[in-house]
Amino acid sequence: MAKITYIEHDGTDHLIDVKPGLTVMEGAVKNNVPGIDADCGGACACATCHVYVDEAWLSKTGDKSAMEESMLDFAENVEPNSRLSCQIKVSDALDGLVVRLPESQH
Amino acid sequence: MRALSEAGTGDLNSRVVIVGAGHAGGSAAAFLRQYGHVGPIVLIGDEPLLPYQRPPLSKAWLKGEADADSLQLKPSAWYEEAGVSLRLGGVAVSINRGAKTVTLASGEVIAYDYLILATGARARALPLPGADLAGVLALRTAADAEALKGALGPGKRLAVVGGGYVGLEAAASAMALGGHATILEREPRVLARVACETLSTFFQDYHGARGVTFVLDAKVAGFDGQDGHVTGVRLADGSVIACDVALVGVGAIPNEELARDAGLDCTNGVVVDLEARTADPFVFAIGDLTHRPLPTYERQFRLESVPNALEQAKQAAAAIAGRPMPPHEIPWFWSDQYDLKLQIAGLPFDADRQVVRGDVAAARFAVFHLKGDLVQAVEAVNAPPEFMAGKQLIARRTPVDIARLMDPAISMKDVAA
Repeated sequence: MAKITYIEHDGTDHLIDVKPGLTVMEGAVKNNVPGIDADCGGACACATCHVYVDEAWLSKTGDKSAMEESMLDFAENVEPNSRLSCQIKVSDALDGLVVRLPESQH
Repeated sequence: MRALSEAGTGDLNSRVVIVGAGHAGGSAAAFLRQYGHVGPIVLIGDEPLLPYQRPPLSKAWLKGEADADSLQLKPSAWYEEAGVSLRLGGVAVSINRGAKTVTLASGEVIAYDYLILATGARARALPLPGADLAGVLALRTAADAEALKGALGPGKRLAVVGGGYVGLEAAASAMALGGHATILEREPRVLARVACETLSTFFQDYHGARGVTFVLDAKVAGFDGQDGHVTGVRLADGSVIACDVALVGVGAIPNEELARDAGLDCTNGVVVDLEARTADPFVFAIGDLTHRPLPTYERQFRLESVPNALEQAKQAAAAIAGRPMPPHEIPWFWSDQYDLKLQIAGLPFDADRQVVRGDVAAARFAVFHLKGDLVQAVEAVNAPPEFMAGKQLIARRTPVDIARLMDPAISMKDVAA
């Protein structure tokens, strides 16, 4: 299990045990973390699972695909550390990961 | 927002009964808890399963790339922790709106303060000879998908009646599994009801190049069988398309009988307002079941999509919990076939012009549907910027410069700026 902290835009945090193999998005949705709706269920088609990855974890969460990059280009409140959480696979290496949710998903 | 006094909205302790445990119903329970609702919630579903995602049933799941657990919206422990009482395999047979109760086939009577109807839609059946043969399948539920998956594989021949999205997706999956697919479509083109001609031609060519056979203008007369199992689809001209399994994908009809019997207004779906509320202030309806307002297009319509289910689940939950309504969303849809990602935003109502941007032959393009110089809808193939910017343009209702829209040298960011 990897412990992931999801911080809502209003500061409310959720510490969740996520099974390796799931995505960061699935860890949130299956535990009803508000603000990650994931309309498309992880198909990288909607940008409703946008998160900011804590700087310290950026290198461990992997690279963005061209598809993710272009979806994020048009999402709201995008920052350099923005990711679509459906595109980040959880592994033991992500134990301790911290992600924050944007205002648009508040 | 309605005044809190009216219909008692904003009651976090209210008893909520949700009929239908699909994506809409399951999400409504989840949003209620996210919004601080603490009263009892009863979730009734006629399938024996916890709420799950249906879109992968014709795609990743059918190809064996997703397991049953990953399809579940929430694990079973969540419902217990959240105090959501389940009646899986439960069939609601009547609503007494005066007494505010729902009666199940088991005889159980459940009282509500607020009722959310989320009974979805069912696959339209073809009343043709042989339609009851084993191996003539629909694709709507996990059980349907299980049956179809068991019939696909190397060398297996799938015949699809109906060239809609479900049929095309299932055909792509059948091919990926090493089988063969034939699509039989009544109209002169596939996706006739749901996509423009450019897209229809593109998808047919793409499937054709990967070995899928098409019969257009097909008049299906019935199904042939042997020992009770389907062996082919018979056309009116007497020809037979031999198959090991037949999938009927000719649209869905709303499960509105329960609502209609309770005296609620139904017109191809339960009629609701922008809060997903029926004419009865204590009864909401959400998802594929509803005939709902589309403010952007100034009309009522029935949508079948996950984003629609989630939007209305939020509306009903917000109304019950006394939260401000979430912002209105532009309808959108997606489909995955082979390496194609199709994303559609909006609906081409009243459109008088189509503009293609990008390269159809390179499988990277978008078709914009315009009403004058307003974007009504966009159909984007492997073109996320066109989809995302198009969605914003549809929402904004401001004129677009069509020459710039057609010029791929100008980025969609600049077009939409």
